[in-house]
Amino acid sequence: MLDGGIGTATKRREDVRFLMGRGKYTDDHTPAGTCYAAFARSDMAHGRIVSIDAAAAEGMPGVLAVFTGADFADVGSNPAGWLINSRDGTPMYEPKRPVLAHGKVRHVGDAYAAVIAETREQAMDAVEALEVEIEPLDAVVDMAAALADGDNRVHDDLPGNQCFDWGWIEDNREATAAAIEAAPHVTTLELVNNRLVPNAIEPRCSIGEYDPGTGDYKLTTTSQNPHLTRLLISAFVLGIPENKLTVIGPDVGGGFGSKIYHYGEEALVLSAAKRLGRPVKWTATRSEAFLTDAHGRDHVTRIELACETDGTFIAFRTETMANVGAYLSNFSTATPTFLHGTLMAGNYTVPNVYVNVKAVFTNTAPVDAYRGAGRPEATYSLERVIDKCARELGIDPIAIRRKNFIQPDQYPYASAAGLEYDSGNYDALMDVLERRADLAGFEGRRAESERRGKLRGLGINSYIEACGIAPSNLVGQLGSRVGLYDAATVRVNATGNISVMVGAHSHGQGHETAFPQIVADMLGVDPATIEIVHGDTSKIPFGMGTYGSRSLAVCGSAVHRATEKVIVKARKIAAHMMSVSADDVDFADGQFSVPGTNKFVAWGDVALKAYIPHDFPLEEIEPGLEETAFYDPANFTYPSGAYACEVEVDPETGVVDVVSMVAADDFGNVVNPLIVTGQVQGGLAQGIGQALLEQTTYDADGQLLSASYMDYAMPRADDLPTLVVDHSSVTECTHNPLGVKGCGEAGAIGSPPTVVNAVIDALARGGHDVAHIDMPLTPVRVWTALQQA
Amino acid sequence: MPEISMRVNGTDRTVRVENRTLLVHALRDGLRLTGTHVGCDTSQCGACTIHVDGAPVKACSMLAVEADGAEVETIEGQAMSDGSLNTIQQAFQDHHGLQCGFCTPGMVMATAALLRENPKPGDAEIRHALKGNICRCTGYQGIVNAILAASGQPVPAAMDSEPAPVAAE
Repeated sequence: MLDGGIGTATKRREDVRFLMGRGKYTDDHTPAGTCYAAFARSDMAHGRIVSIDAAAAEGMPGVLAVFTGADFADVGSNPAGWLINSRDGTPMYEPKRPVLAHGKVRHVGDAYAAVIAETREQAMDAVEALEVEIEPLDAVVDMAAALADGDNRVHDDLPGNQCFDWGWIEDNREATAAAIEAAPHVTTLELVNNRLVPNAIEPRCSIGEYDPGTGDYKLTTTSQNPHLTRLLISAFVLGIPENKLTVIGPDVGGGFGSKIYHYGEEALVLSAAKRLGRPVKWTATRSEAFLTDAHGRDHVTRIELACETDGTFIAFRTETMANVGAYLSNFSTATPTFLHGTLMAGNYTVPNVYVNVKAVFTNTAPVDAYRGAGRPEATYSLERVIDKCARELGIDPIAIRRKNFIQPDQYPYASAAGLEYDSGNYDALMDVLERRADLAGFEGRRAESERRGKLRGLGINSYIEACGIAPSNLVGQLGSRVGLYDAATVRVNATGNISVMVGAHSHGQGHETAFPQIVADMLGVDPATIEIVHGDTSKIPFGMGTYGSRSLAVCGSAVHRATEKVIVKARKIAAHMMSVSADDVDFADGQFSVPGTNKFVAWGDVALKAYIPHDFPLEEIEPGLEETAFYDPANFTYPSGAYACEVEVDPETGVVDVVSMVAADDFGNVVNPLIVTGQVQGGLAQGIGQALLEQTTYDADGQLLSASYMDYAMPRADDLPTLVVDHSSVTECTHNPLGVKGCGEAGAIGSPPTVVNAVIDALARGGHDVAHIDMPLTPVRVWTALQQA
Repeated sequence: MPEISMRVNGTDRTVRVENRTLLVHALRDGLRLTGTHVGCDTSQCGACTIHVDGAPVKACSMLAVEADGAEVETIEGQAMSDGSLNTIQQAFQDHHGLQCGFCTPGMVMATAALLRENPKPGDAEIRHALKGNICRCTGYQGIVNAILAASGQPVPAAMDSEPAPVAAE
């Protein structure tokens, strides 16, 4: 293993600038002449815009322009990226999503006007001076009521508010029903996957610029995928030619999904920049972030598990209502369908799976992919109902899972939910977990807790996820409007150092450290000589960005492929320099040599020669040493894991204390174990937050009650236990060149059911027969359950 | 607009502000010290933590005019005189105490204040002291480990980022 190459726990190089306060996030950029945008946002969930009088606002100090929905009535719509058909074959309902609300406002926070002024404060003051009449309409908030009430419509031409009614796999519907009907045991569970606000700590921010000399636009924005944002603005919303629009996602302070999507504010600042001929900047307040960032989860689910009396699984059937909010955010239709339904077989050899999802419009903020995106919802439903089933049948929760695990000799394994898993070893993960979590010692710890008057419980969970989001061929069949490859260019400069331009975007994932490890490993050069360039569409090849635990598996593989091409070219140059055939040249440790001779040339000599080709046979070797690869994999990757959590419940108060959390994951090969551990720990914290703390609450009028950090309980340091992470159990991905699977979402997928299973276990051990408590398991919910059981 | 004077990271600075301008905006927009970040509008996230006259302060919870004549330290002034990372900063890098980096300046400033008060804080004391600083990326484990290391205390092997070796099955 090369020191600093693949598998090395290299410290992150990007840390130095962040630790010095030298990161350059979007809001840290203020081009000369910048003016500021502020948005007028609806304070009611649903209403008809009667009039907007901007005269007074336009006369306020410093005000440069006022925009309303009418200004954008003729531009395009921000689209849903996936087209889903209902069970009967009809296409989903896709409403127009305008830059600014026009005609109606559809959720609290929906922007219907924007003011541009010399300063942020002047813009905000002028927003207050807009004279606006909005006729209130009844708000559609509850999903079941939304489906039932034909007169109360989020979109006027859609009675019943249903976006689609999707079945997966529709051909399995009857067989699954018959299997459940005939099964000796059926466990049923109704549950809510609570709505979450992603809460990247950097609020969204966008700066639009326009150069009247060249007609070029530039958007600097908090984006996880600058090329996707550019494509959406160019092809769907504003029609700016792609070659006249540069999108830059500079340092970005976390995303977790919420910064994948194109938002109207980005189109507004670009349009305003052109009209005013000045840079226009908008920075969200945290309050705006709560109201307008795409939220996550929000499923109401009924799941049935049919099995033999010995616990052998026969069928899983899921019926879900998924909230999509007022408009379709870009991935919102994929998240509850193909990122959820396809995972409903879990890690198990169950023969029958059927999933029905009704997506519902409501007068709430759009809901879209948030860390895990569909897979946490699938895992939560499945692993909760399995736990309930084990309890009903009196089977140990680990034993029932092991009994049904897909076995290592069954790969590739075609799951009953339509995916082909390429590799895994779930028993091995459970073995690691049993040791790392010292499950044998649980009873002693439980007895010790009991002496202190606490109920201690143990929660177990297994998960599988499909990530490395790609492959284009498959997602195309599933309704995606885009391809999901990624791209990298490896440029060897004349002096031998290397620039690697990647389509993935790093906003915490450590690409600037991890990607050079791959190239260094392959070339046998010092990783310090390799720089990563990302986030700027004018510098990088067309890549699809970072989400879905895809960066290493997809973009990392593109880096691998491009580096392979560089080696092929460099070998030709080296052969020419040594006057031998390329077939006779060996390459190792950064040096080209001819075995059996004393001929060799060093890496730096080949790089220099590539740019000083005085004697090249130009018909055989082009000058330069730079290669690009687009990588589109054959399949998703399938990370998996086994998690254990121990909780102490205070029976007097219902307070839950997570006292241990252990994650055993199989990510395939690991490039940088330090970064991977951090990714899992962050996911665990978000999952524990979902399980115990985080609740997005709209009241019956559609007012967001949990719209600040005073009201929305973010996990803080003292809410969390020591997070133990183990990724030593490895089965390689069989179809990408690195054998990697992806680790970004795992912790957030695996931990919520683990925590809830632990609490239910604690209550059961205390003699309280509680079948289920919905997340978040706040003290009042747990206490109430204790009183009733 | 009033003009205020502060000693910022050892240098005398003056800046013109509105009466309503928050100290964090005076630093970021007026003095272009953009290392101090704004993550919320209710003084909850701690991304704007700085030191004013030696005490940790959320710079969004104070008007700039209140800082007239004050001694202010920000993240930009924390490195060693040779430009290298200081002990706390180095520990954050060593123990993967940051990911996106946005909360990081506030975390470093909060840590500096903690260690001034309590040079050897235990795990629970560290977690309690960080209550006012939200990190959405790390799950706080790397941060806690970094603070243990920065205060010269051992980071227990089972808690550090590297998994203990597990024998092959």
